[in-house]
Amino acid sequence: MSVHVGDSERAEDFPKASRQLLGNEQLRRNVRRATDVIRNKRANVVAEMPDWEDLRNAAREIKRNVLRNLDSYLEQFEEACTRAGGRVHWARDADEANRIIVGLIQSHNETEIIKVKTMTSDETRLNLALEAAGITPYETDLADLIIQLGHDKPSHIVVPALHRNKTEIRELFMREMGLPELGTQPEDLTAAARTYLRKRFLRVKVGFSGANFAVAETGSVCVVESEGNGRMCVTLPEILITMIGIEKIVPSFDDLEVFLQLLPRSATGERMNPYNSIWTGVTAEDGPREFHVVLLDNGRTKVLADPESRETLHCIRCAACLNACPVYRQTGGHAYGSIYSGPIGAILTPQLHGMEHSQSLPYASSLCGACYEVCPVKINIPEILIHLRRRLVDAGEAPVMEGLGMKAAAIAMSDGGRFGIAEKLVRIGQPFGRFVATGWAESRDVPEAPKETFREWWAKRS
Amino acid sequence: MLISLFIACYNDALFPETGKAVVRVLERLGHTVEFRSAQTCCGQMHYNTGYYDEAMSLMRHFLEVFRGAETICIPSASCVAMIRDHFPRMGADAGLETEVAELLPRVFEFTELLTDKFGVTDVGAVYPHRVTLHTSCHSLRALQIGDRPKRLLRAVRELELIELPESDQCCGFGGTFAIKNAAVSTAMLSDKMQCILETGAEICVAADNSCLMHIGGGLKHQASPVRCVHIAEVLAS
Repeated sequence: MSVHVGDSERAEDFPKASRQLLGNEQLRRNVRRATDVIRNKRANVVAEMPDWEDLRNAAREIKRNVLRNLDSYLEQFEEACTRAGGRVHWARDADEANRIIVGLIQSHNETEIIKVKTMTSDETRLNLALEAAGITPYETDLADLIIQLGHDKPSHIVVPALHRNKTEIRELFMREMGLPELGTQPEDLTAAARTYLRKRFLRVKVGFSGANFAVAETGSVCVVESEGNGRMCVTLPEILITMIGIEKIVPSFDDLEVFLQLLPRSATGERMNPYNSIWTGVTAEDGPREFHVVLLDNGRTKVLADPESRETLHCIRCAACLNACPVYRQTGGHAYGSIYSGPIGAILTPQLHGMEHSQSLPYASSLCGACYEVCPVKINIPEILIHLRRRLVDAGEAPVMEGLGMKAAAIAMSDGGRFGIAEKLVRIGQPFGRFVATGWAESRDVPEAPKETFREWWAKRS
Repeated sequence: MLISLFIACYNDALFPETGKAVVRVLERLGHTVEFRSAQTCCGQMHYNTGYYDEAMSLMRHFLEVFRGAETICIPSASCVAMIRDHFPRMGADAGLETEVAELLPRVFEFTELLTDKFGVTDVGAVYPHRVTLHTSCHSLRALQIGDRPKRLLRAVRELELIELPESDQCCGFGGTFAIKNAAVSTAMLSDKMQCILETGAEICVAADNSCLMHIGGGLKHQASPVRCVHIAEVLAS
């Protein structure tokens, strides 16, 4: 099995990547401005919901139930979707998913597809597989189009081009779309994208999408979006292929009610998404005449197998944790070396890989808890980060010196007497300690050890 | 009331003035303080860095040391967070559920002890300085400490309390994060220091010396005259 999460096997570790990105002042300004805006919008629309906590708890219970009974819900979905005229394919990993999708497109002798709202295809590196097979993919979500035209990488789960500002996008469009002139206003930019995409919407016969939810009971698939390009992608083409991570199942249509309240408020600070597309199989003389669903595992069952961290799979990709994260706020998404960035990326990417890769990610957090506070499905991200650190330590993957230091400290702290002696030794060894603590001392003065510890003062006092 | 002080390992070694201040405030309010000298550490650093077995033996030691102590005062919100959030789960792993369950209601962060247990906000302190309050993430989110520290500071005579902008943002300490990801930690610290300097305060106060060691170290590195002081030391003055 080959689990890919985009290019994350080859990514630099977080401390190194983040150090480089911290030097990019423009990028940091863009990230900060964008996350501040979304964070405040979210806070306002969440504050107006008296039952927000009830919704969060309901969502968590629905997700727990889904994960406990995932096998039967998936089979129920397959049955319902097939009954409605769809076809369901099962993909164990990225390569298998890509093979299925390329095969489907080739079987219709098509050489182009239009794509929308699909992180799983970034995960499987579908575009590379398509291009290798002579198939041209067109991203139609505005932000994904910006990323594709710029040969760039997404830096945010909901707003993938968040690191780009208006001026940069204008230059990119002029260059890549061959436009001699283009206005500077957002309306001018979207008009250019509309003209560019409209031709493709009308021409291309195969559509490809991801899904926010898949309903087991009815076999329905749901995509929410802001632009309407998704609606075009899932209704105009003759053939529609939708790839869904297996954790995206909800049991019944009624369950959507909970998530369609939580998701838009958490993701974009909107009360409702402008476009909510829900479709079931195929309908005669309306929409695609062929509908395929690819159910993707790609490491998800491995995540499911660990009871301490399986709630990672509750994630509905709202990115509220990214917008709340003080670390993400400094570095943006590229430092995480994965399409899944921010706090959720720091726990999801290494688990999908099975902890062989991305080992620096569980440490890319100060454990401040802001992510847990805003998570609409109550994933205890700080606790899972700690759990993953423990898995690394238990597997002998932590730095040797760190392990020795921690063990020595634990011995010194095994009783008060020993600790008192250790404190004296530290005081004597201070000049040496100062030399060792370079990572700290570059930006922060080392506190001077006092002449007398508290326990020494107390002993004299009584 | 007899109060058992858990000073916290780093306060013991690096910030004894905080411990002395806690003793002074509690005695001034008419309480008796005991210090059980076998105490060491709550195990937070080990736990948060992934050294579960070591954290477990430190928890066992903690339970043993504070057996029978009726009221435990801890001048460190992050240690209290460790005990409240993580001891129950570790206790379940070790078959020590009952011991942990009995411990939790006896543990108080210093400002909680004053405001909740004693019902006191005015401890008779005088502190003629401009002060801003850093609400540490553990006090804010794990302890839900709310306005307890502010209520205490507002009752201090001659103290001018200035609101800290973006006070819910982490200062970037995060234990070993400050060393493993020193660059990001420092960037977060720069933002925090800028907010502190904008207030024009002379003193930055918090209920955690861990954040203050980080923030204070950064301010000193820049040769800023702004000092970091634990809230107990303000209340003891």
